[in-house]
Amino acid sequence: MTSNLTHLTIAEARDGLTAGDFSAVELTTAHNTAVEQARDLNAFIVETPELALDGAKASDTRRAAGDARGAMDGIPIAMKDLFCTEGVQTTAGSHMLEGFVPEYESFVSRKLKEAGAVTVGKTNMDEYAMGSATLSSYYGNTINPWKATSGDNAGKDLVPGGSSGGSSSAIAARLALGATGTDTGGSIRQPASFTGIVGMKPTYGRCSRWGIVAFASSLDQAGPMTRTVRDGAIMLGSMAGHDPMDSTSTPMDVPDFESGLGKGVKGLRVGIPKEYTADGMPEEITTLWQQGADWLKDAGAEIVEVSLPHSKYALPTYYIVAPAEASSNLARYDGVRYGLRVEGDSLDDMYMNTRAEGFGEEVQRRVLIGTYVLSAGYYDAYYVKAQKVRSRIAGDFTAAFEDVDVLLAPTAPSPAFAIGQTFDDPVAMYLNDVFTVPASLAGLPAISVPAGMSNDGLPLGLQLISRAFDEVTLFQVADALEQAAGFELPIFGGEG
Amino acid sequence: MSYIIQGETGDWEVVIGLEVHAQITSNSKLFSGSSTEFGAEPNTQVSMVDAAMPGMLPVLNEYCVEQAVKTGLGLKAQINLHSVFARKNYFYADLPQSYQISQFEFPTVGKGTVVLDMPDGTTRDIGIERLHMEQDAGKSMHDQDPKRSFIDLNRSGVALMEIVSDPDLRSPEEAGIYVRKIRSIVRYLGTCDGNMEQGSMRADVNVSVRKVGSDELNTRCEIKNVNSVRFIMQAIEAESQRQVEVWENGGEVVQETRLFDPANSETRTMRSKEFAHDYRYFPDPDLLPLNLTQAYVDAIAATLPELPDEKKERYMSEFGLSAYDAGVLVVERETGAYYETVVGQGDNKNRDAKLAANWVITNLFGALNAKSLSIEESPVSADQLGQLLDLMADDTINGRIAKDVFEDMVETSKNPADIVEDKGLKQVTDTGAIEAAIDDVIANNPGQVAEFKGGNEKIAGWFVGQVMKATQGKANPGMVNKLLKDKLSS
Repeated sequence: MTSNLTHLTIAEARDGLTAGDFSAVELTTAHNTAVEQARDLNAFIVETPELALDGAKASDTRRAAGDARGAMDGIPIAMKDLFCTEGVQTTAGSHMLEGFVPEYESFVSRKLKEAGAVTVGKTNMDEYAMGSATLSSYYGNTINPWKATSGDNAGKDLVPGGSSGGSSSAIAARLALGATGTDTGGSIRQPASFTGIVGMKPTYGRCSRWGIVAFASSLDQAGPMTRTVRDGAIMLGSMAGHDPMDSTSTPMDVPDFESGLGKGVKGLRVGIPKEYTADGMPEEITTLWQQGADWLKDAGAEIVEVSLPHSKYALPTYYIVAPAEASSNLARYDGVRYGLRVEGDSLDDMYMNTRAEGFGEEVQRRVLIGTYVLSAGYYDAYYVKAQKVRSRIAGDFTAAFEDVDVLLAPTAPSPAFAIGQTFDDPVAMYLNDVFTVPASLAGLPAISVPAGMSNDGLPLGLQLISRAFDEVTLFQVADALEQAAGFELPIFGGEG
Repeated sequence: MSYIIQGETGDWEVVIGLEVHAQITSNSKLFSGSSTEFGAEPNTQVSMVDAAMPGMLPVLNEYCVEQAVKTGLGLKAQINLHSVFARKNYFYADLPQSYQISQFEFPTVGKGTVVLDMPDGTTRDIGIERLHMEQDAGKSMHDQDPKRSFIDLNRSGVALMEIVSDPDLRSPEEAGIYVRKIRSIVRYLGTCDGNMEQGSMRADVNVSVRKVGSDELNTRCEIKNVNSVRFIMQAIEAESQRQVEVWENGGEVVQETRLFDPANSETRTMRSKEFAHDYRYFPDPDLLPLNLTQAYVDAIAATLPELPDEKKERYMSEFGLSAYDAGVLVVERETGAYYETVVGQGDNKNRDAKLAANWVITNLFGALNAKSLSIEESPVSADQLGQLLDLMADDTINGRIAKDVFEDMVETSKNPADIVEDKGLKQVTDTGAIEAAIDDVIANNPGQVAEFKGGNEKIAGWFVGQVMKATQGKANPGMVNKLLKDKLSS
């Protein structure tokens, strides 16, 4: 019985806890054990089993007293290491912040805590969330629990996607019932697609960024990573909400994200953006995309081809805007007040030594790119131009959503690849984000739903994008897609 | 008051523009809730935001916006309904974020004007280019330890207004008058305490020189962080002199940032152009653009107090004061209020406004200066000074005695009537008593009487002095004059 507790969904666990079938302590213990047994995945930078157990005990006490707090009370989750957690080391996957223990709790992790969720650990990630494979973490690579059954990568260790690769790997491997991720250009959706789980990026402004180590402020957004669409809706309900401490957080009420589930898609219009193809994209992805459209059509939706003409500029635009903001956001890691300091003969030497040693290659690359595009003489040509293109990209979506309710597209141009396969070529790595970046630039909510399998036996996700703050419809359509796809996440590892 | 530097090759004039950094009067910082109180122990007024901890976000302090708009209105400036906070990126140990949140392309306040009251009673209009809000950095202390520098972040994030003038100033004196006028305006508005000793106001001074008659703007140097009016004036003198020498020796003034060293009265290179920062300004993505409504601005405008220029105008028209006297009285809001109380407003009071101005400017300011007191600390209240004027007006005392009474008031803070009573200083207006004194003086000084009668009328003054002396100064001088003249001539 106890070992099967890790196979539950959040919705099932909620019902089981409510019915008294098991306790939060039992549920948490099962996950603590799973975390311990799956250390070879390197999904966690820090495990917090005792804290999780303390939380579970408190949850059981509340429940016994009739004070249970709702769907997330007693639910074991994993926390991306980008969220500052009071009293628990927070590194953002960087050497720079090794040993940094915040005295404060991020808004999102605090909301989850207040909802009763218990955190089993902090998940690994690309350094400062910069990457698409979780290969840039100072704390080592995270491994995808999936293995290809055929092809060049058969049997090899695969990447879990990134930057939220620790979270995606942990959810796929059933080390927690849900995990937080953050998505700047696809860092929730792409790893979800690579690991056969649901990853959802809410509208920019839906979740507070307060206490999340900043990568690119105008793009960063927290979201849930779960095994089902419903779980994503439940978990987001405990993450979202207006925060006056984040000026970009939108003062809107949080709707019941589950309210559209099960309603089907009859009468909804689903747009197929014709520009969402990439050179060398495997046929299996195009096929799955078509399959997804067919499923939704069969379920009663109307399928419409739409054009997002500026999509092809999204990736270069993103790789100007995001590094520009990052170069400034990461300037505070200077060795003066906290984190790593490498001494030098002068203040400037100390800066250079600290940042050379504290930041990995990818972070340094982006800081350099960002510094360059903001420099005198280049600002107008790069940053200002990119902002203009960004408005055009957002305008494309606005126009499309006059005609359709959601857009359907692939999440990523490939299934999970092997560790070491493309890391030498940063641009090839950046292409992973080609389908996820446009919605990020437009600030729109988007979700990746596991929809099928590659020829080599790896999961593939399909992405849905909706109007700003229309997450209810997004979950509604995602739910229909999930039902139609009938994707089954295997049980990895020896247990179960 | 043209300021000309006579060089070997001709006459030079100096072109000055000032960037005044004024700390916004506000209990909390521009983007955090930390206290801004001066003088606290180092690093005790620092929030997670001010220390730039990971994931911390700025939240704009609405009160500071109100204060900046108010200041803009006081500078008769354009208020921009749309403004944007940008990041100014550079590394320094006392700048925790490694960027300063400031306004760059779109400041909250645009073009305005400041009127300078010149000593000769004329005025000069100085253009304001803009006013923008920005956060202050922390403070580096290099003198606490032989090897290490210490950082105090109490000031980190404190709200500043940077008030940028056009290059309209032409002399150290004008620059001084300009800074004092800015200080006067912000103090009237209550938007900055103008306290330069505590660093609430300081200025970056841009200086260039050119031949008299030329219109071109030569290369300028910026003297950073000058923290008193006197130093601003000295720095301009030293820097303009230096630049004239450079040009005249066949050299070229290079654009650079300099520091003023008050001990040696000279400026020194701080950062030459090749080490100038590329600040990589871009809009701060953590903050939304600041969009104000006209109604918001109008509501603030409605709360504006009477400002020095208007008050000066009123003193001249309503009280008949000279431009100079009016200008002196309006510099501080408190002085004006004091003066108006002395004059007395309303139905029952009608004191001599010019006499009141003289007393405030000459006697009161003199006494306060001697004791290094501010007008709020004045031992003589405005009501008391008004009462003193009343005692003169109704001939209870004469002007000479009034000065003595005033000195007593400065020391004791007593009411003038009590002093007059206690010391028996009441003016003698009894004709008989004055005549008796005159008779005595005439009887005792036959020689002087003979001189007077011999045609030396000037000696009449000596007789007045003797009579006043005999009456301990209490005799009504007008009556003494008249009676003495009658008796001597009879």
